[in-house]
Amino acid sequence: MAEVLVYVDHVDGAVRKPTLELLTLARRIGEPVAVALGAGAADTAAALAEHGAVKVLTHDASEYADYLVVPKVDALQAAYEAVSPAAVLVPSSAEGKEIAARLALRIGSGIITDAVDLEAGDEGPVATQSVFAAAFTTKSRIAKGTPVITVKPNSAAVEAAPAAGSVEALAVTFSEKATGTKVTARTPRESTGRPELTEAAIVVSGGRGVNGAENFAIIEALADSLGAAVGASRAAVDAGWYPHTNQVGQTGKSVSPQLYIASGISGAIQHRAGMQTSKTIVAINKDAEAPIFDLVDYGVVGDLFDVVPQLTEEIKTRKG
Amino acid sequence: MSLRIVVTVKYVPDATGDRHFADDLTVDRDDVDGLLSELDEYAVEQALQISENSDDDVEITVLTVGPEDAKDALRKALSMGADKAIHVEDDDLHGTDAIGTSLVLAKAIERAGYDLVISGMASTDGTMGVVPALLAERLGVPQVTLLSEVSVEDGTVKGRRDGDAASEQLEASLPAVVSVTDQSGEARYPSFKGIMAAKKKPVQSWDLEDLEIEADEVGLDGSYTVVDSAAERPARTAGTIVKDEGEGGKQLAEFLAGQKFI
Ligand SMILES: Cc1cc2nc3c(=O)[nH]c(=O)nc-3n(C[C@H](O)[C@H](O)[C@H](O)COP(=O)(O)OP(=O)(O)OC[C@H]3O[C@@H](n4cnc5c(N)ncnc54)[C@H](O)[C@@H]3O)c2cc1C
Ligand SMILES: Nc1ncnc2c1ncn2[C@@H]1O[C@H](COP(=O)(O)O)[C@@H](O)[C@H]1O
Repeated sequence: MAEVLVYVDHVDGAVRKPTLELLTLARRIGEPVAVALGAGAADTAAALAEHGAVKVLTHDASEYADYLVVPKVDALQAAYEAVSPAAVLVPSSAEGKEIAARLALRIGSGIITDAVDLEAGDEGPVATQSVFAAAFTTKSRIAKGTPVITVKPNSAAVEAAPAAGSVEALAVTFSEKATGTKVTARTPRESTGRPELTEAAIVVSGGRGVNGAENFAIIEALADSLGAAVGASRAAVDAGWYPHTNQVGQTGKSVSPQLYIASGISGAIQHRAGMQTSKTIVAINKDAEAPIFDLVDYGVVGDLFDVVPQLTEEIKTRKG
Repeated sequence: MSLRIVVTVKYVPDATGDRHFADDLTVDRDDVDGLLSELDEYAVEQALQISENSDDDVEITVLTVGPEDAKDALRKALSMGADKAIHVEDDDLHGTDAIGTSLVLAKAIERAGYDLVISGMASTDGTMGVVPALLAERLGVPQVTLLSEVSVEDGTVKGRRDGDAASEQLEASLPAVVSVTDQSGEARYPSFKGIMAAKKKPVQSWDLEDLEIEADEVGLDGSYTVVDSAAERPARTAGTIVKDEGEGGKQLAEFLAGQKFI
């Protein structure tokens, strides 16, 4: 059976959920061979094997942390040449897309980004994408070369499928360009203890209607009662009420949770672009004409300062 | 010293319009008004700020690959303050994908001459966010992308990249390719004077022959990707909407419980 290369997104050996989802999709096309780079690369093997990786190629070098993107492209290319896979799958993060694009160019292949589903097809893998702010669904293929496809979080279920997952050292020679862009300082993001926005099953977002940084406590309390991640509209982020990393929409994160709760958000096209594919959508807005109500499964026309705390209380009571 | 900046700008259908696909499954550019991609305004803005903060002689060229109407995007960038413009236009470009677009842009950038390329973070229609990385790969120069802060001094570009896991300070020698995010600073509005001045600024037109690109390397036929189908997403079934009369939060909790979220 053909092998499929899967690029592993991990933090010091802890594999992030979107990579496990990629393994599910990769198994539809062939046998997943994982590529894990940087500090803790070898520690990823157990989780990857558990989810279907037949092999885990690993390599660690200081270049991965000290220089931007290119060292990782060099390594993924080395893996590509070692394996000759039927396809290369990469998680659709900002960096993942850049790595995938440069690899595609080097190996003379096409690239598809932000797939939300993947199936085997007669002429290679068929990717489903959600375009024009999720107003359309397209199906595309790569016409030339080995398909390189980046896949969004929450595109498939994580499935246990134990496989060998034998660790092999990947031989990497860095290109002359690898050290072109130096990372001179790095400030890790502080953990909030809440789920990762793009990976969360439930997202609770606040917009301009929240009216102040201090009021985001109301949104956070609701999120915590549901074990949810917190999101924000760009208006709330631009006002300085919530960090940009939590922005949902075209220029923020794109989320596709089981449940999305929007409070004080009007539902502009650029916001919809990042949340329209959520399974169940709920909104609280005092303007009955707000476009967000066109999307909802359940909407409450009312003041969020009344509705949200009451909802949080009720959830706590029901949960006991 | 002089600094030559090329800003890549895309002409896109208005996101607030009713965007759809043409029969050949390319983006329909006829039925929706086009404009300079808002995310590329940030790139023009940063080029202008680099110029304003520099003692060097800075020349800003805006470059677009697109149909006849794409001139509007160049005009807007010129009225914001860019010095000159290049329009790559050719019938054979219809349907070009990201790999092909990066080829055309790279050839044009090389022909124009450059020390620094500044792109937007993503186009608002394709939203791939890969062209800047592809340009760096093709041009063989450092990629300094997704910056929310950027500065240029003594032949070095520095910037801050706010990623998922960390915020990073980056540094590279020129020539380089930079892309900037919408966090980099509000783009200016063209002034009346700027709009008048833009009318006299030079706009060059190049075609594929000028760039020594064969027709089959680009366009729909040269594309590395094929779109097999495009379907409008079924409208969401109309939901329940209630007006809060004191029990809105509880009613919502009831709905969530019914859906097994509580
Ligand atoms: C290139 C580009 C990219 C963009 N990217 C993004 C993006 O990634 N994400 C994004 O979100 N936006 C993005 N935007 C901005 C987008 O167009 C909207 O401006 C933004 O989403 C509006 O945020 P909002 O809904 O919070 O604010 P508003 O549109 O001002 O809506 C606030 C809503 O809150 C309601 N409200 C007020 N007070 C209360 C109350 N007490 N109780 C209940 N409801 C109340 C109001 O009725 C209103 O509907 C982008 C724009 C551009 C041009
Ligand atoms: N046709 C084009 N003409 C000029 N610049 C472009 C074109 N397509 C993409 N770009 C540039 O590349 C950036 C990223 O585009 P994309 O990878 O298509 O999302 C944009 O913000 C532009 O700066």
